Amino acid sequence: MKDLCAKYARKLEEQGVCAPGEPLVGGLDDVLVWNREDPRTAELARLFDRLSINSLVFARPAEPYTSIIDFLAARNPEAIRPEDTETRTFLHDIPVCREFSAEALAGPLARRKSVIIPGHGVIAPGTVSPEQGFVFFSSTLFSCFVLFFSDYLAALRRGAVDDEFRRVFERVAAGLPSLRTEPPDLADGPFADEDAVVAAMAEAGRAVVGYGLVDSFFGNISCRAGDVVHISQTGSSLDELEGCIDPCPLDGSTTHGLTASSELSAHEGVYRSADVACILHGHPRFSVILSMDCARADCPNRGRCHVACAECRTVEGVPVVPGEVGTGPTGLCNTLPPAVAASGVAVVHGHGVFASGRRDFNEPFSRLLGFENRCRELYFERVADLSR
Amino acid sequence: MASPLCGWTGRVLHVDLSTGEAAVFHPSPRVYARLLGGRGVAGHYLRAHCTLDWDDPDLPLCFFTGPLTGTAAPASSRGVLLTRSPLTSAVSDCSVGGGLAVRLKRAGWDGLIVTGKSDVPCGIEIADDDVRVVETGLWGETTDAVFDRLSGPGTSVAAVGPAAENGSPLASVVVDRFHAALRGGPGLAWAARRLKYVSVRGTGAVRVRDEGALAAACEAIRRLAAASPVLMGRHGFASRGTGALYDLMDSRRMMPTDNFRATRFSAAPRLNAEAYRRAYRPEPFGCEGCHIRCKLRAADGRAIPDYDAMAHFSALIGNDDPELVMSATALCGRLGLDPISAASAMACRRELTGEPCDGRTVPLALHDMAHGGPLSGGSLDFAESCDRPELSMSVKGLDLPAYDPRGAYGMALAFAVNTRGGCHQHANPLSHEVLRKPVATDRFTFSGKARILKIAEDQNAAADSLGVCRLIFLAAGLEEYARAYTAVTGLEASGGELQALGERICYQERIMNSLNGFGDCEDDLPPRFFSEPGASGGGVEMPPLDREAFLAARARYYRVRGLDESGRPTPETAGRLDLELEP
Repeated sequence: MKDLCAKYARKLEEQGVCAPGEPLVGGLDDVLVWNREDPRTAELARLFDRLSINSLVFARPAEPYTSIIDFLAARNPEAIRPEDTETRTFLHDIPVCREFSAEALAGPLARRKSVIIPGHGVIAPGTVSPEQGFVFFSSTLFSCFVLFFSDYLAALRRGAVDDEFRRVFERVAAGLPSLRTEPPDLADGPFADEDAVVAAMAEAGRAVVGYGLVDSFFGNISCRAGDVVHISQTGSSLDELEGCIDPCPLDGSTTHGLTASSELSAHEGVYRSADVACILHGHPRFSVILSMDCARADCPNRGRCHVACAECRTVEGVPVVPGEVGTGPTGLCNTLPPAVAASGVAVVHGHGVFASGRRDFNEPFSRLLGFENRCRELYFERVADLSR
Repeated sequence: MASPLCGWTGRVLHVDLSTGEAAVFHPSPRVYARLLGGRGVAGHYLRAHCTLDWDDPDLPLCFFTGPLTGTAAPASSRGVLLTRSPLTSAVSDCSVGGGLAVRLKRAGWDGLIVTGKSDVPCGIEIADDDVRVVETGLWGETTDAVFDRLSGPGTSVAAVGPAAENGSPLASVVVDRFHAALRGGPGLAWAARRLKYVSVRGTGAVRVRDEGALAAACEAIRRLAAASPVLMGRHGFASRGTGALYDLMDSRRMMPTDNFRATRFSAAPRLNAEAYRRAYRPEPFGCEGCHIRCKLRAADGRAIPDYDAMAHFSALIGNDDPELVMSATALCGRLGLDPISAASAMACRRELTGEPCDGRTVPLALHDMAHGGPLSGGSLDFAESCDRPELSMSVKGLDLPAYDPRGAYGMALAFAVNTRGGCHQHANPLSHEVLRKPVATDRFTFSGKARILKIAEDQNAAADSLGVCRLIFLAAGLEEYARAYTAVTGLEASGGELQALGERICYQERIMNSLNGFGDCEDDLPPRFFSEPGASGGGVEMPPLDREAFLAARARYYRVRGLDESGRPTPETAGRLDLELEP
């Protein structure tokens, strides 16, 4: 358990969402252990007595996240309600608790997967592994980031940006990391055998995480070899894909896809519709933000855009499609394949980008990175236009 | 006057088979607040009588719905059958699907308690408030004959078959032809009272406090279900039934083969879910109102076996003919036998005697079990009669389902400490050890598993008591179901608070087992798993379980669960959970 605590503390640091030495990760079987000593663990330990949890992640995020969550928490004193897919599907909302005490935190943590404590940080528990706390912590920061930038754009459209919002926005925007424009040099395809496929997928997965094109380490990745789609497993870390790739025959002759990514059906749909060999799916932030930016304030589908948008929307020529995670009548498995087949890249409303390649992962990676960079530029162009 | 309660009806039906009379209980609000419904409230009514023998007429046979049963909440068609097991003598709960629980609720009853013993074979017929105990001529008939006679639109039927009538502790209660309370011999408990069937018609509706809030809660749960590959994916249960697990278990080297002597089955690729789909062109169906629809029915009307029966009637007994799997499972249904224990008894005999399991011997063995033959007492009874009890692959006498514990150490611990015996369903470690939900854990370690197990047991006890299917918890959690609970009942509760009620429900069952002499000696696995390896290969090592590591993990579980070092409840924990330790 101690090893797991250390692993996920280290991952938070490596992602740059926490300063080195900042995360506290605790794990409990019959004895509670922490990744490091800290006087706050005494208070946090009392949460294990009050909640049915086996792990806990707590940290003050690095900038710009601290500024973002503190700002959002001030404007939403009870709970923050982002509208991206991650929140809608898993987090629901993010409660705000103003007191760093086990008594105060136990209530909201009994109801939700993460809690923001303004001035202190974000806390997220797990019932199975510290990995859950890590995921919820990262997802909370991602969702708040998307909400903050989306809200600013929406407020500009309404002419409702106040001085404080502008000040915080400018500070946060100035602190964004510089663009990475050079894609990595990934393995050339076509791949000779299954081992080469798996190695190429693992390499591409690490690159997607390394370039920050996903929320925590999620997203998915696949490669078609003959009549078999190799795809990352559900909940797998894109930077640790070795041993976490399922071979799924397109004819359905085995059910190994039972543990495959929830987007297997969407990937299969693309492979059936287009002559492509690889698909990358990430959650690049500004792509997600712009997928949700719509000027039609009077649209009858507003509030249901993620499933009901009937417009043929594009961002820089890239189609934006509605659709929820997985299957079902409103699943993105219905909307995404024709869009990717036609354009090679598509963005799912509030969710993320899917990009395909005919030969190997160099082409979809370039598409993913190029689209995200263009979305970031476009976002600030829109801000500039609306600010005039 | 309309009940002021929402979710619950506030009424429990008590039928005394000795007198043929029915009475109405009105549980206090405190009972619901402390134990929810379903498994929790059923345990409450069993508790005072729990030291009586399984066939004592005063021992209640309980069937309870939960506050969400029969509402629009996803997968909320469940009820729990609970009594002492004729097979194990432990407290035995069976989560039951089909339409029985929903119709009982719509008839205006939160639960049914049966006591007494009829002089003649009888059935209980419930039509809203009209309750009758009727003499029946269906005794001796197979369950399908009962369903042919009694089933109809708007009516649910639960029935026992010849296995129960002839005294087999492997006897199930079959519900609506394709569903059942399978494990631990509940059918024999019914037949001992000469109860052949229960039929229920319900024309009412379940009162919901806030329909709008319930719709929002349902949308969140359905969204999570849709995002679950194992439930709703192309290869998931909604498409391929639970038999979708077949490929996965074999590839993970967890397929119980030849009475758990091996963990891979060479014929598996010919017997997977896809093979059944191609051979039988099945259509999905499910429990009343459930959108997942995890069961499959072939064009000829037979059900495609669920995963455990599919695996045990093939790999466990050394059979590579899917048609024999189909016919054996269907025969179990007609005779009212638990297919898991029936196949386990055959596998045990095959190991002891060398007698093959084929198209000639399997049907004979099943009829033999249902008519008092040497296998009718189950694998442990048979192995003991051969002075080789260690060859019964069971815990507390309940045969293990189709997951080899050498391939998932949380599963090993879950089998051992389950209050009803060799079963994974209370904790379902498959979820994280194989299916990667909510996240993946290392299946080859006991580290951390004690507390994970306890948390999962509490969660599933709450689910069983809400009236919700455990399978949906592969996608959603109590966090989402708490919203549904509040919407239905009007009572505020967080997921954490429901979880705490689950802890009380689990501990209540531990107390009842302890009063009947259960302790650490019974919380153990067959010795084979500590001495024989599984099928290593493909980069996966499958050594025997480390006995010391297992015992250490079990000791940690006892500490986490608040038990003493012998696995018995303590006054401190019982007090904290507001439970009585004494009989």
